Amino acid sequence: MLKAFENGADGVMVVGCLEGDCHYLSGNIRAKARVQRVSAILGRIGLGAERIHMYNLSAGEGSKFAAFANEFVEKIREMGQSPINAARLKVPEQSAGGER
Amino acid sequence: MITGTPKPIEEILEMLEPYDKIIVAGCYGCVTVCRVGGEKEVQVLASTLRLAREAAGRKITIKEISLERQCDPEYIEQMRGYVQDYQAVLSIACGAGIQFLAEKYTTTPLLPGINTGFLGVTERQGEWAERCQGCGDCVLHLTGGICPVTRCAKSLFHGPCGGSVQGHCEVGKDVPCGWQLIIDRLKALDQMDNYTKLKPYKGWNTSRDGGPRRIVREDMI
Ligand code: SF4
Ligand code: SF4
Repeated sequence: MLKAFENGADGVMVVGCLEGDCHYLSGNIRAKARVQRVSAILGRIGLGAERIHMYNLSAGEGSKFAAFANEFVEKIREMGQSPINAARLKVPEQSAGGER
Repeated sequence: MITGTPKPIEEILEMLEPYDKIIVAGCYGCVTVCRVGGEKEVQVLASTLRLAREAAGRKITIKEISLERQCDPEYIEQMRGYVQDYQAVLSIACGAGIQFLAEKYTTTPLLPGINTGFLGVTERQGEWAERCQGCGDCVLHLTGGICPVTRCAKSLFHGPCGGSVQGHCEVGKDVPCGWQLIIDRLKALDQMDNYTKLKPYKGWNTSRDGGPRRIVREDMI
């Protein structure tokens, strides 16, 4: 999730199945906790905690998915560019990433 | 295992202020098990630091590594080839591991990325609790397998103090009285006579009171 922001995402939408309906029993509950952790990190380093959000829906709810996607994209548009992308625009020759 | 908690990111960023090229070093030992200093945490911390620094307009280059154990010299040696190419090492092993790295690489500043906690157990996923303080003279055979040094807030050796109320310790409602636990357990084991076998005093010379400790095993040298 953090890598997505390093790679230039202004927002990340995480979509899981409905709570109680996870094929792996608690996978989506645990994912929710991870998303909350990343959200807290983004808040603390000044990127904005709202730039990541988890939605829950079933595989048959296509129209709901589209509505959630539109809602999230709209919210991120309102927030504007992530500070990372803003900083990169100022220094276009530098790229992201670390070493391994 | 040795447990710990991450240092606040603000504190880490402040420590890293003088540096632009660092190593974030994890450990596959205890801190991986308690989810504070393993490979995954190295990735999360390194990503967080890169994002924070880039947003602040000052990029940082990070090499991400994890050693089998930072408390054993042969694994620390694996860093020898490249440590000098970095300005500092941020370690998220326990305090012992961080210090051992610092001892071996004397010209590179070593920074702690976690606050090392205690010797404990995983009570359930995401929750750890202290069980041993390494007193150097274990009495668990006399106390029903419950440590009076650790579980009693005052490390008493003669039974519950006046602050024990209905099984709770006076330091907090959610802290069980260690001595009540011991007495209940001894009764259940029908070993209450063990209580009289405990020395009325405990020698702390085998604990921290004798200064930093060392174990020498002649058969292994
Ligand atoms: S360095 Fe610390 S955390 Fe890592 S294995 Fe050794 S004692 Fe455990
Ligand atoms: S008696 Fe000492 S060695 Fe035994 S569990 Fe307690 S602190 Fe650890």
